[in-house]
Amino acid sequence: MPGSLILFYVAAAFVLSGGIGVVVSKNIVYCAFSLLVSMIGIAGVFLLAFAEFLALVQILIYGGAVVIVILFALMLTRIEDFRDISDNRNRPLALVISLGLLAMLIASLVRTPTPQGDQSAVSMVELGESLFTDWAIPFEVASLVLLVALVGAIVIVRRDAGDEEQGDPS
Amino acid sequence: MSLSEVFIILAKAVILMLSVSLVVLVLTYAERKALARIQQRMGPTRVGFKGILQPVADSLKLITKEDILPTWADRGVYWLAPIAVFVPAFLMWVTIPVTRQIVVENLDLGLFYITAVSVLSVLGLLMAGWGSASKWAVMGGLRAAGQLISYEIPFIMAILGVAMLAQSLDLTEIVAQQHSVSFALVQPLGLFIFLTSALAELGRTPFDIHHAESEVIGGPFVEYSGAHWSIFFLAEYMNTFTIAVLTVLLFLGGWSWPTMPFEGFLHATLSLIWLLIKTSAVLWLIFWIRGTYPRLRIDQLMAFGWKLLVPLSFLNIVITAIVLFYGLPLWVLTCLSGILLVGAVCIIRLNSSSSMERDTVRLVSAKDVRSKAKFSPLETSGGAE
Repeated sequence: MPGSLILFYVAAAFVLSGGIGVVVSKNIVYCAFSLLVSMIGIAGVFLLAFAEFLALVQILIYGGAVVIVILFALMLTRIEDFRDISDNRNRPLALVISLGLLAMLIASLVRTPTPQGDQSAVSMVELGESLFTDWAIPFEVASLVLLVALVGAIVIVRRDAGDEEQGDPS
Repeated sequence: MSLSEVFIILAKAVILMLSVSLVVLVLTYAERKALARIQQRMGPTRVGFKGILQPVADSLKLITKEDILPTWADRGVYWLAPIAVFVPAFLMWVTIPVTRQIVVENLDLGLFYITAVSVLSVLGLLMAGWGSASKWAVMGGLRAAGQLISYEIPFIMAILGVAMLAQSLDLTEIVAQQHSVSFALVQPLGLFIFLTSALAELGRTPFDIHHAESEVIGGPFVEYSGAHWSIFFLAEYMNTFTIAVLTVLLFLGGWSWPTMPFEGFLHATLSLIWLLIKTSAVLWLIFWIRGTYPRLRIDQLMAFGWKLLVPLSFLNIVITAIVLFYGLPLWVLTCLSGILLVGAVCIIRLNSSSSMERDTVRLVSAKDVRSKAKFSPLETSGGAE
């Protein structure tokens, strides 16, 4: 068995065990840690697919920022608050959506042709150039979406001076 | 990958580990001596010649101390936290070159790799805080997360400015670019932003609110003792050294500025010594700042980060981009950067000199005290004794 295959199985084990941990664990802080394990596994898969830049972005954005912000919010809560979180009325809906997503992923996986021949990493310079020339508009649109989300978050949490009697929204 | 390659990688890791541990031992001694000198004390003097074996004695003491697990602590998270802090600190060293030849693995994306890995160490602090199940520890962990996320932005932006100047993310290449003029002269503002936010990332004194002894009595580390506490300590000093070396590599020209005329082995040795001298100077500056400035309050810290450093770091990117895009000579960037730096220092000074300013210490002669005994501040304030 070639070394890269072994490494792939290691990374896949990380992704799967992390993913199962997110779903199964009763303690929501453990869920966040499992998410991190899963994200690091995905970074490993990217690395094996010669996408070094993507792997590092995965660690920086998801492993670092996203999981830390999730944990930051969770640590201000008590575990008791989340005891019944898995008994939700929306479960059938969630099942339909996740099955649909699975079907879509499998379909795209089957239809995509497997790349043949030697693979090598795309250089950072090429990546940057194509991102800022061919893909400039999608790139800018993505940043606009982020800006809208940011402004939205501020609008939601902001309370005007007179609003204080309204009480806790939770 | 054959067995011999695996062996070589392991050997490199062991050598790296040993040398970094040695550096940490030296650093603890150096910091204690430096702080002692600033505070007009002797520092450690008893163990070995001039106290030079003090770090060894300290580490032996730490290892032999009892390791305490609080009853309410979350066992797994509590024990994993020191490792989660230490591993990123160690992994950063994979791609940091100390001379052109001496580097574990030179990566094309080295600088990006370092920023990505450095973010992960926050997670260990959060784990330590939450796992200890103690109020102070959780507060400390939250403070650490808030502070590190905020200062991550100017830190990365300052690095980005250097990457734009060098047109590369490869650390060896960045140093080679500085053979004629170091980036500290081209981007003084970048150096200021980098060093300030790096101090905050390290959690060293003006910015050490996440383990402030007088507020959160040690923060995430409050429940730890013995060997596990010493791992946090090790990671902190490793990070301090990393930041000092990075400052030298990114801004002070690393081993290549000013250029040396030698070749071969002599050149390599001299470059290493040259790098270490520059690093020691930066480390001394870090210790000096620790000995000089009082700790910021948490709101001051956040305001300083978001209202001053983040906008400045974006301005730094903008002026660098303008100068590079229009192909202006580099001294234009130096001037722009210098003007902004002076402006930033003015803003800091204007904000800090408030109307509250007054003497903290005043010399009063004994005669005055005796003659005005009734109104003396000593009597009114010390009445309880």
